[in-house]
Amino acid sequence: MEHVRHDELDRHDTTIATLPPTVDPGPDDVLGPGHNYDTVTRKISDVVFLPIKRTPRQFFIGLTVSFLMANLLLLAVGWLFVKGVGIWGINIPVGWGFAIVNFVWWIGIGHAGTLISAILLLLKQDWRTSINRFSEAMTLFAVAQAGMFPILHLGRPWLGYWLIPYPNSMWLWPQPRSPLIWDVFAVTTYATVSFLFWYTGLIPDLATMRDRAARPFLQKLYGLLALGWRGSTRHWQRYQMAYLLLAGLATPLVVSVHTVVSFDFAISILPGWHTTIFPPYFVAGAIYSGFAMVLTLAIPFRKWYGLEDLITMRHVEACAKVMLGTGLIVAYGYSMEAFMSWYSADKYERFMYMNRMMGPYGPSYVLLILCNILIPQVLWIRRVRLNVLAVWIVALIVNVGMWLERFVIVITSLHRDFLPSSWGMYYPTIWDIATFTGTIGLFLALMFLFIRGLPAISIFEVREEVHHRAHHGD
Amino acid sequence: MSSLINIQTKPEETPAASTERSPSVDVTGLREKLESAKGPEFWRSLEQLAGTADIQKFLDDEFPERTPDWKDPAKRRDFLKVMGASLALAGLSACTKQPAEAIVPYVRQPEDLVPGKPLFYATARPCSGGAIGVLAESHMGRPTKVEGNPSHPASMGATDTFTQASILDLWDPDRAQTVTRNGQISSWINFIAVFGGARDDHATRQGTGLRILSAPFSSPTLASQAAAFLAAMPQAKWHQWEPVTRIPGYHPVYNFAAADVIVSLDSDFLACGPASVRYSRDFAAKRRVMTAETPTQQKQALQRGPNEDRPEGAAANQTNARESVAGQATMSRLYVAEGTPSVTGAKADHRIRIKTSEVPAFAATLANALGAGGSAGTLSGNAAQRIPAIARDLQAHRGSSLIIAGDFQPPAVHALAHAMNQAMGNVGKTVSYAAPMDFNPTDGIQSLRELVADMNAGKVQTLLILGSNPVYDAPADLGFTDAIKKVKLRARLGHAFDETSAYCQWHIPEAHYLESWSDTRAFDGTTTILQPLIEPLYGSISAHQILSVLLNQSDTNPHDIVKQYWTGRVRAANFNAWWQRALHDGIVPDTAAPLSTSPGLPAAGASPQASQGGLEIVFRPDPAIWDGCFSNNGWLQELSKPQNKMTWDNAVWISPATAKAQGLDTADIVEINYQGRKVQGPIWIMPGHAEDSITVHLGYGRTRAGRVGNGVGFNAYALRTSDAPWVGSGARLRKTGRYWFATTQHMQEMDDREPVKVMSLADYSKDPEVEAERLPRELTMYPPFSYAGYKWGMAIDLNACTGCQACTVACQAENNIPVVGKDQVSRGRHMNWLRVDRYHRGKAEDPETYYQPVPCMHCEDAPCEVVCPVAATVHSGDGLNQMVYNRCVGTRYCSNNCPYKVRRFNFYLYSDWYTKSLYGVRNPDVTVRSRGVMEKCTFCVQRINAAKIESEKEDRRIQDGEILTACQQVCPAAAIVFGDINDPNSKVAKLKAQPRNYSLLEELNTRPRTTYQARLRNINPEIEKG
Repeated sequence: MEHVRHDELDRHDTTIATLPPTVDPGPDDVLGPGHNYDTVTRKISDVVFLPIKRTPRQFFIGLTVSFLMANLLLLAVGWLFVKGVGIWGINIPVGWGFAIVNFVWWIGIGHAGTLISAILLLLKQDWRTSINRFSEAMTLFAVAQAGMFPILHLGRPWLGYWLIPYPNSMWLWPQPRSPLIWDVFAVTTYATVSFLFWYTGLIPDLATMRDRAARPFLQKLYGLLALGWRGSTRHWQRYQMAYLLLAGLATPLVVSVHTVVSFDFAISILPGWHTTIFPPYFVAGAIYSGFAMVLTLAIPFRKWYGLEDLITMRHVEACAKVMLGTGLIVAYGYSMEAFMSWYSADKYERFMYMNRMMGPYGPSYVLLILCNILIPQVLWIRRVRLNVLAVWIVALIVNVGMWLERFVIVITSLHRDFLPSSWGMYYPTIWDIATFTGTIGLFLALMFLFIRGLPAISIFEVREEVHHRAHHGD
Repeated sequence: MSSLINIQTKPEETPAASTERSPSVDVTGLREKLESAKGPEFWRSLEQLAGTADIQKFLDDEFPERTPDWKDPAKRRDFLKVMGASLALAGLSACTKQPAEAIVPYVRQPEDLVPGKPLFYATARPCSGGAIGVLAESHMGRPTKVEGNPSHPASMGATDTFTQASILDLWDPDRAQTVTRNGQISSWINFIAVFGGARDDHATRQGTGLRILSAPFSSPTLASQAAAFLAAMPQAKWHQWEPVTRIPGYHPVYNFAAADVIVSLDSDFLACGPASVRYSRDFAAKRRVMTAETPTQQKQALQRGPNEDRPEGAAANQTNARESVAGQATMSRLYVAEGTPSVTGAKADHRIRIKTSEVPAFAATLANALGAGGSAGTLSGNAAQRIPAIARDLQAHRGSSLIIAGDFQPPAVHALAHAMNQAMGNVGKTVSYAAPMDFNPTDGIQSLRELVADMNAGKVQTLLILGSNPVYDAPADLGFTDAIKKVKLRARLGHAFDETSAYCQWHIPEAHYLESWSDTRAFDGTTTILQPLIEPLYGSISAHQILSVLLNQSDTNPHDIVKQYWTGRVRAANFNAWWQRALHDGIVPDTAAPLSTSPGLPAAGASPQASQGGLEIVFRPDPAIWDGCFSNNGWLQELSKPQNKMTWDNAVWISPATAKAQGLDTADIVEINYQGRKVQGPIWIMPGHAEDSITVHLGYGRTRAGRVGNGVGFNAYALRTSDAPWVGSGARLRKTGRYWFATTQHMQEMDDREPVKVMSLADYSKDPEVEAERLPRELTMYPPFSYAGYKWGMAIDLNACTGCQACTVACQAENNIPVVGKDQVSRGRHMNWLRVDRYHRGKAEDPETYYQPVPCMHCEDAPCEVVCPVAATVHSGDGLNQMVYNRCVGTRYCSNNCPYKVRRFNFYLYSDWYTKSLYGVRNPDVTVRSRGVMEKCTFCVQRINAAKIESEKEDRRIQDGEILTACQQVCPAAAIVFGDINDPNSKVAKLKAQPRNYSLLEELNTRPRTTYQARLRNINPEIEKG
């Protein structure tokens, strides 16, 4: 690759009109050719500052559809508050249904962001740069969806705050042995740190946006959000220290959140839930689904906005590899679960696994194995990994598969437990489906608004990348 | 919202008062409106509901310019208008104040009436062929629950499901609330005027053309009134009809306490009949196998720490145990020959599956083998091979065996049963005969047939129907509905404005047994004087009052009528003391009927109709709602039938093989074509049902039962004919569609899990510890919590339990458990805290059936407690697993983690907060739960705490037997025992020490406080190798 000269990079010529042509540098590079500081800045911030007329049509279609879906959520939740959780398909014995399935699914999706931002930062992976901001936002929005469900699924959601230890006149505290309490702490901590990390990462870029904004209102708004960032050396020095510390703080959370979520199940005595393998396999599954969701969103995004030179095949392939790797851990988890239920010689465990595979919900298990284990194996093939469409389809399938995994765990374990007299079936109602669809809509709507309102790719870090390759070479 | 203006629930607002200016209301229209209402519907008054011109005019006079907007109750003007209206109407009722009368002596003599403390009054619930003595619980004058009367021979302290649920009928919002004439509100005074005229008219002709139709009754007072009436009008006729008929004049009384071998010929003696509660008690007592202390127990006693089982004070109370645990080393053996699975069949040690129509042949063959007459017939299946073994078993138990013929079998079978008992020397020992308790025993079908013929012939000018509902339940071939229209004056005394009321000009609301004076006789003749617990809620009338009108007596106060009857008949020095005593005890002394050894059977009637090909069809009263009189009772509609755990429906029961042959599956709708009549109903494949036979249950398909019972199930009466009321042949099925059922238990097999442990008596006697627990006692590092005070526990003897589910209804009544409806049950959301699981074992065609009541286990290591994030379910110091409704946020994790799945969740607002009349039935000691909270069995913590308070006041420990949980108290078989396990002499501790004691899912180490005593089968080794 031909390197641009240093002085060209440093030239701040606002009169330059042409951005370099969008060229995907292929699987070996994280940045397309011909970029300097200015082009990078303009390319990324233009996604926000693009005039309405030049904004891709897909943005408006996508936003409209997802906004309508989000309104379905409003309707579903409204009806839920009026009538009670009876509008869902839950019953005795299946006390948890779509709400918990969706909660775990969304929390899992929320894992990619922090992993990419924090762990890959500490590991100095260059390919995290262009997708970290985007995935962090995705994390935040996914956690927001997830966070709704534990409240909504309560019989008396207006008392959800009783799960928080707050001083009260009755001197009543939450019951600390319950994993649901651990969950409250894990999820709220994760959401807080994720937000801080995301916002801290945004500050230099918010200053850039402030500087590039044409309208006074936007200048003031971005300026306010930039917290007076001036880009001085002292700012940078402190900033990077803070960012690194936050990364260090966020890293254990990647592991802890889903570990604690898995305790929601593992602590119980229910066959199919009561399993020590749950924490590692839930974490792997979470990263698996998180990367799948990153790909699901990033691939159309880079295409619609012509960002193939910033989110390159290098990113796509790296994500695909992570998916393949975590998918294999998940596959190991499934096989160990099956093995242990046989090896335990426990009649309930054995029955549970046979019922999971062959019982009334057997098809969902077969589909789960297909989506999560068999189909993703095509990613071993380099040609498939380099085929954007193929990767996107696999990512979608993994998303479905990971949802099915949670469905299988939650529903099939509950519906036939110990006493045959209390066995039952769970059938989702339209309100279950509406609530789930609604959160997908809200999530996507937030993503669309994020892309429109904030730099979806970290400008300063891509500029660093430009600097890095100009000054230090490959 | 409408409390100020609801004039309906004020008892003093009797129709008699409002004759002057009662606006005419179309009651039929009202009824249709109310019956079509699916949810809670608000209305303030009948007038408003009907929207009559009168009320409009009345209101318009006050504010002439406006038409009131009734739909907006918040409008101030409307409020004022309605206030004005109701005040005006309320004023009219002032003149109906009844003269004060002392109606209630105390059973527990309190120093005074303490608010918040219930009082109990002895009375009885009359039922077909007898009565069950009860103690009715009254909270500040409001009856809320009925318990059995321990001194009553038919109750022994227990009751059946119907008696438990009867309290709900009192508060039924769909009860008839006024006297109506042609659907218009009228009054009792008007009725007396009109009927008095008719009576005088008939009296001139000695009663010709005046007919009375009632259900058979045993009330001595009513009988004397009826006799007086018939004496005064010799040409009048008293007809008797009830759909579940018995053989007139034949009244066997069994003594199960003396029976070692019992053969039931299609007799469901544990569930059907006026003595079923008593028989269950005696039968279970004879099967309570208790083993002396075994080596393991002695070892365990040694291992027990000083803290764990012998707290301070326990030793002092060792002698306090009120009764020791009675039992013996062996048990009786029961053979049941039947076609339709019954709870009695489920208890059988050997159940012989034959078609119901083959029972006479079976009886004859058995009699033949015993040398008691009868000729050997041909029997299907393996029934014939078993007869010699049964006969030998019977012969080995001369004088202590018992052959029982079912109520629904023809007289010939009863004659054979008597002959066999005679031959075995049982008569006078295990079976005796009493004179019938009923007034003028009559063959109901014949009586109704005569009435219909006379009505058709125009011989009936005036018909008075007391209680019966023949338009709904008369045999289909009689044509009662067409005939009744030919009667000029028709009046009906009934609980609700039902099918028959719709065919009568007059409807008079009938008083519930808890709001009326009367008397009744139990199966053995013991008489109880019924005393009301509350003034009639709606000015209801009792049959005694109607009769006194017919007798032209001015006194229509039922209290005086009943008291006057007894005044003349009791030779007591102090009648008032005698009267108070009889009321207090709930039994009139020395009224049991003398027993004889002669059965008094009528001559064997027509032989059963010859088979006409096709399927046999069997008619049975429904296990939950009987003959339809409980159709509008939500508790019973939602009570799962013991045999198939189905709620809110009746079904066409069919055996698996026959269903296969007919190409049918459960929930297929079929059209039953029987003798040219067609009815559609859903199929239920019933394991253990006889082949080539179907069973349909009566009592469903009501059209005017009320909001609960209307349109539920199909009407089997439409198929039933007068010549074959219980079994017929020639039914044909044709599939027409699909149906959906609501069941509370979908799985019937135990798998390899054995929640119900079953052993043969022989194995158990050889080695009592054959099934004893083998798990290590303690699987924890921590020392066990020492329950220093009380340590509550429950023992449930599966060998005694009959699966009748009286416990379920009693729990529902005690604990304000809501009814959720068919849709919610089908979604797996029924609310019963105590369920009775039913399992099958063996071949699908003819399996063994086992019942297991499952309340909360109150685990010492309760899985629900650790997972609750807000500490809404916690453990008490005496070992109760408590549920704090106020604290519950509804995560449902506790239910997910409960291996027994005994927790119930309020997915919606299930408790009825809107139907005012249902407020009355609620137990004030138990919280009415709201939406979104979990609930479950509390071991009746309100009763525990009441006893605790009492004992602390007296500075003593609670004695064994002082606390009875609702399920324990009601259990006819005394299968449930509750008490303090810290006290080694308590009944429950002794039961738990039995080697056949086991914990459900004990391998989970939850250490349940509720344990079970394994079921034993007394197998005849000649029939089955143990």
